[in-house]
Amino acid sequence: MLKSDHVTVPTAKTSRLLHRNTRDPGTVPGHRARSGMENKPASNPAKARELTQNPLKKIWMPYKNGLPEKHTSQRKVCMTNCPTLIVTVGLPARGKTYISKKLTRYLNWIGVPTREFNVGQYRRDYMKIYKSFEFFRPDNEEGLKIRQHCASAALNDVRQYLSDEGGQVAVFDATNTTRERRRTIFQFAKQNGFKVFFVESVCEDPHVIQENIVQVKLGSPDYTNCNTEEAVSDFMKRIQCYENSYQTLDEVLDRDLSYIKIMDVGRRYLVNRVLDHIQSRIVYYLMNIHITPRSIYLCRHGESELNIKGRIGGDSGLSARGKEFAKLLSQFIAAQGISDLKVWTSQMKRTIQTAEALDVPYEQWKVLNEIDAGVCEEMMYEEIQESHPLEFALRDQDKYRYRYPKGESYEDLVQRLEPAIMELERQENVLVICHQAVMRCLLAYFLDKTAEELPYLKCPLHTVLKLTPVAYGCKVESICLSAEAVNTHRERPENVNVHRTTEDALRTLPDHF
Amino acid sequence: MRGSATRHPTGVGWTMDRQDVHLETCSLTQNPLRKIWTPCKNGLPEAPIFQRRVCMTNCPTLIVTVGLPARGKTYISKKLTRYLNWIGVPTKEFNVGQYRRDFLKIYKSFEFFRTDNEEGLKIRRQCALSALSDVHQYLTGGGGQVAVFDATNTTRERRATIVRFAEQNGFKVFFVESVCDDPEVIAANIVQVKLGSPDYINCNSEEAVEDFMKRIECYKTSYQPLDEVLDRDLSYIKVMDVGLRFLVNRVLDHIQSRIVYYLMNIHITPRSIYLCRHGESDLNIQGRIGGDSGLSDRGRDFGQGLRKFIEEQQIKELKVWTSQMKRTIQTAEVLGVPYEQWKALNEIDAGVCEEMMYEEIQDSFPLEFAMRDQDKYRYRYPKGESYEDLVQRLEPVIMELERQENVLVVCHQAVMRCLLAYFLDKGAEELPYLKCPLHTVLKLTPVAYGCKVESVCLQVEAVNTHRTRPENVNAQRSTEEALQTVPDHF
Repeated sequence: MLKSDHVTVPTAKTSRLLHRNTRDPGTVPGHRARSGMENKPASNPAKARELTQNPLKKIWMPYKNGLPEKHTSQRKVCMTNCPTLIVTVGLPARGKTYISKKLTRYLNWIGVPTREFNVGQYRRDYMKIYKSFEFFRPDNEEGLKIRQHCASAALNDVRQYLSDEGGQVAVFDATNTTRERRRTIFQFAKQNGFKVFFVESVCEDPHVIQENIVQVKLGSPDYTNCNTEEAVSDFMKRIQCYENSYQTLDEVLDRDLSYIKIMDVGRRYLVNRVLDHIQSRIVYYLMNIHITPRSIYLCRHGESELNIKGRIGGDSGLSARGKEFAKLLSQFIAAQGISDLKVWTSQMKRTIQTAEALDVPYEQWKVLNEIDAGVCEEMMYEEIQESHPLEFALRDQDKYRYRYPKGESYEDLVQRLEPAIMELERQENVLVICHQAVMRCLLAYFLDKTAEELPYLKCPLHTVLKLTPVAYGCKVESICLSAEAVNTHRERPENVNVHRTTEDALRTLPDHF
Repeated sequence: MRGSATRHPTGVGWTMDRQDVHLETCSLTQNPLRKIWTPCKNGLPEAPIFQRRVCMTNCPTLIVTVGLPARGKTYISKKLTRYLNWIGVPTKEFNVGQYRRDFLKIYKSFEFFRTDNEEGLKIRRQCALSALSDVHQYLTGGGGQVAVFDATNTTRERRATIVRFAEQNGFKVFFVESVCDDPEVIAANIVQVKLGSPDYINCNSEEAVEDFMKRIECYKTSYQPLDEVLDRDLSYIKVMDVGLRFLVNRVLDHIQSRIVYYLMNIHITPRSIYLCRHGESDLNIQGRIGGDSGLSDRGRDFGQGLRKFIEEQQIKELKVWTSQMKRTIQTAEVLGVPYEQWKALNEIDAGVCEEMMYEEIQDSFPLEFAMRDQDKYRYRYPKGESYEDLVQRLEPVIMELERQENVLVVCHQAVMRCLLAYFLDKGAEELPYLKCPLHTVLKLTPVAYGCKVESVCLQVEAVNTHRTRPENVNAQRSTEEALQTVPDHF
């Protein structure tokens, strides 16, 4: 039973602090039991502690005097004992920043607080103006000093992020092409109790390098005032500055380091000494991504019978307007002329009915099913407010972490969807016909949206989002195929207090029949 | 307008493949066993559709091991086969050494493997071809998706033969090479699996080791490891020094990517995995399934017993995992050690049947109840899950168990059956009927090519929750027949 008077609902911020204060007496001093939280044993183990269920996440945890004893969180990703420093290695234009940003985005999405530190950016902030490649000449003493200073400043911020700000992984994005520089970083990490994992990108294919320069260098702040030819010429000379002193990770000399060497944009990999779960996941991710141009289409099923009634969840069929949408979707897809399009649906009737109209093969994924609303399945928001006002308020307080009784949370959804994201990375052109909460999670991954934003992303019925990777991010085109559908988007109301009135609670309810 | 059910490029089963444009959205019917929606016509499903399990390749895959003797090829082959079958990819291993043993009947000595032994070479080649023939049969009509061709395959010439064979038959090839020169690892390998081999039944340890070392020598001079340049067009993973380092080349598709991930997560460090259920719960006593109830008094006693047992075992750095359901957490709490809660370890979701007694299920859903008995592995509760779904949900748990060392998993009946089936290589038919009684701990210790199981009953009384498959699984059976095998409860 929920004791709404006694139980404090932990906010995201306090929960993080509680995480970091937890010590597992069994581990080596200096290591923290991190966010894959572990429960601390009772002082008197013979008497088992009573359990209470956290009202937001529905997690059972031990309590004392009516208050939770320790904040626990369900296991998300198996954490290492200590933070991890990922260090990129490679000549300019080998995709280090592309990898850094993508990896950071992925890790944050699966719940591992990650941040990238781009030394080039530190240099730009420091220097303000970039003159030419001469800055990078190995005999430019002044340049070397400044670059060293920038690297140190970045490492300082890394330390702060990992030791003081609750970061779990930091990605140190720079060329790091000399063994000496890497040794400095390794020592820094050791002093601070961080694990180090190197990610080297090696590529000699001139086409790839050229394409890289066009995609991300021409638009760089460094080349704002240059024309294309000048920029390319300067950048090629910049690469040359590094080539002479480049010491690639060596199978023998660097055999004690943990690293992955990516060769020719993923054709070949050398993986050395993977130490823990997070490194294993990073390797798996890096081995599945590619840079072949393609587009991902996301949309929801057509309007359903339950949508019309303002009811959530369930497994109803399409309304007449929903069937119309399916036909329009079919025409849209045909008009796009996409080569080798894969179509994925969930296992719920409404997405399958939508796909059926496309007249192409499709695959059903159970993990794409809509969020399970547990006891609230097939209810209207008005009914939820009436029978579960506390639940309704908790959901508004923290929509990402809130788990329906006997149901799921957005946080659970993300974990469930991870294999779908991994397969989307492997694939090329894909159309995913799914559901509102599911689409929000997928979209948040591609557009790097935070846990706070995710549950409020706008994913209206009958609108297709076309995502095309470009430069370091994703271009989004929104195509509304039909204006005729109910709105299912409920904004966060102003008053999220458990004692609010029904009126306050239902203020942002979209209309329905 | 019938759609054709073709073997779709990405589906293990079938996907909907229409030939004619079908503008009138047809109706869907829900398969009563798996609760999968499929298009239907005149009330009958038009073509079987399988939910997506693992993304399959277009064509079958031939995995080919490479390496000197005693490098773990058979260990890897068997383990990989077990994993792939468990996640639903029909896989079979073909050990050429076994073909040789079946052919020769008696093993005399390493001389058979000498490179100048013409007779021996002929026989070995014949055995390899015989195995390939069986591979062909398995992958092109025998329902197989992956075949693991386990042999030394140490020469480029032999590998070229295999690649040609695969190309002719439309199979993809993925090489798994194991390279190791650590004498300790090789010696341990020989002790673990060679001494007990049928080849050395009549030898003492010393003779066996000596002969085997000479056998390895026979291969060494002609060994051509996969080469970064010469073999750059092949798809392969080179496993070096028992997983310290990996070289991965040209991974072509999803299944190869999963195989690489798996191989990179397994290890051979000795350890034990303890599996048990939560202590007896209040709902257990009432004969009700599912729910989220707490422990009964006897369940709490089990917790105490478990704590003592764990202490006596003196396990180094034991990790304890529970589900997120109250009863497993309460059980772990008694242990007095840190534990981690996994949502993926939650009991199978019985959907509309949650918290019901079998008698009540028979009463309200006799058809569902019968279908479950007909195919307990694939049967999905309405608004719930199937064992098949459970396996998919548990895959990350298995992957992490492979990475870890000593772990105690406190879980639930259906979940424990799935995990046990993985470790003991039980098929989909056996899995839902594996015996996992309350208050009993199973200690699994990897040994040789398999797993040793020790069952420890902690001597605390509990209800029996195991319902065996009744004789009559027909939808028209009587209530009595349906409930014949329901275990007693209060």
